[in-house]
Amino acid sequence: MMKANILIIGAGISGVSVAYNLAKKGVQGIYVIDKGYFTNGSTGRCGAGVRQQWATENNCILAKKSMEFFEKAKEILDYDDDLELKQEGYLILATSKKEHNEFTKNVKLQNKLGIPSHQLTKSEALKIVPHLNPDAFISATYCPSDGHLNPFKMSEAYYLAARKLGVTFSFFEEALSIETKDKKIVQVRTNKNVYQVTKVINVAGGYAQEIGAMAGVEIPVYSEKHEILATEPIEKIQGPMVMSFSKNIYCQQVPQGAFLMGRGNPDAVKSHDMESSWQFLDEMAKTVTDIMPLIGNLHVIRQWGGSYNMSPDRQPIISDTDQLDGFYMGCGFSGHGFMFAPMTGLLLSEMILGEESTVDLSTLSLDRFKDFSYKKIEKSVV
Amino acid sequence: MSKKDIIICRCEDITLQQIHDLMDQGYTTFEDLKRLLRVGMGSCQGNTCGHLIQREISKHFNIPIEEVEIHKVRPVTTGVLIKKIAEDLDDES
Repeated sequence: MMKANILIIGAGISGVSVAYNLAKKGVQGIYVIDKGYFTNGSTGRCGAGVRQQWATENNCILAKKSMEFFEKAKEILDYDDDLELKQEGYLILATSKKEHNEFTKNVKLQNKLGIPSHQLTKSEALKIVPHLNPDAFISATYCPSDGHLNPFKMSEAYYLAARKLGVTFSFFEEALSIETKDKKIVQVRTNKNVYQVTKVINVAGGYAQEIGAMAGVEIPVYSEKHEILATEPIEKIQGPMVMSFSKNIYCQQVPQGAFLMGRGNPDAVKSHDMESSWQFLDEMAKTVTDIMPLIGNLHVIRQWGGSYNMSPDRQPIISDTDQLDGFYMGCGFSGHGFMFAPMTGLLLSEMILGEESTVDLSTLSLDRFKDFSYKKIEKSVV
Repeated sequence: MSKKDIIICRCEDITLQQIHDLMDQGYTTFEDLKRLLRVGMGSCQGNTCGHLIQREISKHFNIPIEEVEIHKVRPVTTGVLIKKIAEDLDDES
């Protein structure tokens, strides 16, 4: 039996960020458990991109404020190693007049919120990425401060900083049950321990729905598989992440030299499956050789899968709940938990400590789905 | 020979010293080392470093070597040209 002040379930980027934020504010008795090894879940399987070009105000604000943290993260967290932050932009291709017009609206919103994105003509885009197929798109948007960040190193930076502040981490420890009484948490049982605790933070990524269910809290999220492949490393030929929602692809060259590219499966089913598929390899090869034929000359050397934890409006749930006292969640990131993590940690720490919130939380709350009209769905998702 | 001069992962130029440093910091599995050092992520897919690192983990934590898991083996077995995959797809249809 262990007495804990706060138990965090999930040591992915959201978990290490909230642990760090709480500990930095002086909270003690924080325990973080994870059912697998360090960054075994969605964080360690993500495409390592960080972007601020979104279609909803929510996501723009979360992304912009998170980027401001990433830019100073090495100093703030006092991390010895390199976080591999490379701000050479995201170049997002419009492939139809309709998409072009949507992007015009998006850029207007982004600029209003202080995000330095702009629309580019085809020839301007070709100057930034010369190996684009000019017949594959009609225009683009570009935000130079978007880019790449190493998910493993970023997680480690938070993890080491949190540990230094007294947070206890335990890997290969899986939550089995959450016992409640009169809408209050009593204890959490794991495969290794029993925690007497009244506050639990559910940042379990792909398993957020299941952790909610353990506590009797209904969270309308589910997981679906997305896949990525990596090529051999080569000399630098591409600055920005190239992305297209309509063609279903993102593709970047990471600082180490490899190209990473991923896409969603339009027919994906709700599942925790993370196995690699040959179908993905086929579709990915076809898509990337269409928009950037030159990349076809590289060898694919590795592929993997991971879970997107999908919410009904493709925007995060960062919330407490009237269903259960002391139960908090950061989930449903719909593929973007890594790039929003600094804000996830900050907002949850403010919520738990009863501090004033940095952003309006109503559009991030679990309650928004009670009378949900599906009007504000984030479309800028691959 | 200094541990700094012994290359364990030829794809990513990772030395025995770097492996030992991370184990000293409390990272216990191949998967941990892979994520922080890129061992097993190179073009040989861990075929060279896999067993060497397995042995180092076994010695360091005093675990029988047969109980030390190596990293997950992922496709593809060997490098394949992306355009070849796309072209062969055209042939099939």
